[in-house]
Amino acid sequence: MAWLGILNYWIFVLLLMTGMYAIVAKGNLIKKLIGLGICQSAVFLLFISMGKVVGGTAPILDGSDRAYSSPLPQVLILTAIVVGISTMALALAVVVRIRESFGSIEEADVYGKEAEA
Amino acid sequence: MSLLFSVILVSFLLVVAVAVVRTTNLFAAIMLFAIFSLLAASYFFTLDAADVALTEAAVGAGIATVLFLSALALTDDEEKPDPDRRPLLTFLVLALMAAPLLYLGFWQPDFGGATTPVQQHVTPWYLETTPEAIDIPNLVTAVLASFRGYDTLGEVFVIFTAGIGVYSVLGMPKRGGAHSASSAAAWLYGIGHHAVPRVVAKILIPFIVLFGLYVQFHGDFGPGGGFQAGAIVASGIILYALIEGGNAARAVLPVQALLRMAVIGCLTYAGVGVATLLMGGDFLDYSVLSADPVAGQHLGILLIELGVGLTVTGILLLIFHAFAQRETH
Repeated sequence: MAWLGILNYWIFVLLLMTGMYAIVAKGNLIKKLIGLGICQSAVFLLFISMGKVVGGTAPILDGSDRAYSSPLPQVLILTAIVVGISTMALALAVVVRIRESFGSIEEADVYGKEAEA
Repeated sequence: MSLLFSVILVSFLLVVAVAVVRTTNLFAAIMLFAIFSLLAASYFFTLDAADVALTEAAVGAGIATVLFLSALALTDDEEKPDPDRRPLLTFLVLALMAAPLLYLGFWQPDFGGATTPVQQHVTPWYLETTPEAIDIPNLVTAVLASFRGYDTLGEVFVIFTAGIGVYSVLGMPKRGGAHSASSAAAWLYGIGHHAVPRVVAKILIPFIVLFGLYVQFHGDFGPGGGFQAGAIVASGIILYALIEGGNAARAVLPVQALLRMAVIGCLTYAGVGVATLLMGGDFLDYSVLSADPVAGQHLGILLIELGVGLTVTGILLLIFHAFAQRETH
């Protein structure tokens, strides 16, 4: 089943690139933030898939002698998700202020207004 | 077989991500991004990460969508084409970046293998040490709250700081029900005149909050803990705010109370650390809290999870109110 692992990993790479494409090639600030969110998720997915053991179960001990998936990547990603939404909220707040100051959330318009001023 | 299912799920994620990037309607993009989060949560669940799936579903599909939509209500919902962008060049540069990463895929550790680096010494150590040192079944909670408690303390303060940051940028929400005519009426008075959402929400909200409390206090034994509980309780109250309006939600939980919750949460967590120092242990070493080290660990984890839950609920709701109360221009 090695090909399945390679395919799984390739999808994370493609997801990361999809997110990056939105950050670089789109001028809309909210679209850029969504792209950042996709990049972030690609990393989360990679981390979680690393801890999986075939035939294992969630790392909640029940006294039996079965295999458990690794808890460590799960802990790191669990906190990262909540921190991620807080920082995303901060970025959205900045976008809202940019809209109020420049009347647009398109990067080109914002640069244009700034050059005029 | 289950791995194949996971890989199919993650392929859906790629399709949705491409759709998100391609659409020029931002409302559609945000909705697709919510579906993306829900698919990611299912993927986490198939990979045995129940705690992470719970958090992703509440935070990614729930709260993130509401925040994006409330930011969208204050801006424009159509993306304008920008002729100065060079999509082809971007694509080529990213393809160049992707090539080595894809090539490295052939040397990845076996997906789901029992002999991958992650499973070599770190995981067995946690599996063996946790039952004797902490004695709670949920390893994720044990690692999060005790073994890596210092790390988690930092993350709670990052969340607190982000909340303060949102307020520095958007301004404090008004404490009373004061508002001006230009405010978006739906955010203030809700959509309570629509019968179906109102009835459904009325039935759901008590159970959402109850489930949040269960996740908070049962986190040692099953999937759960302060982060998940905080996000679930906050999403329950945000649902109330969406139906009955921000003013009604602030009457239940005033901004002042939310601020206190966030501050008390942070102080509880740090205070437990200081208490262990004063009682002769290391910072956040809960074993000294009680005569029996294992009972001390249980007490410490309960207290700091409570702190995490209070801070996460408080800050997420404060951020929501900051966006919801902002006037449209």
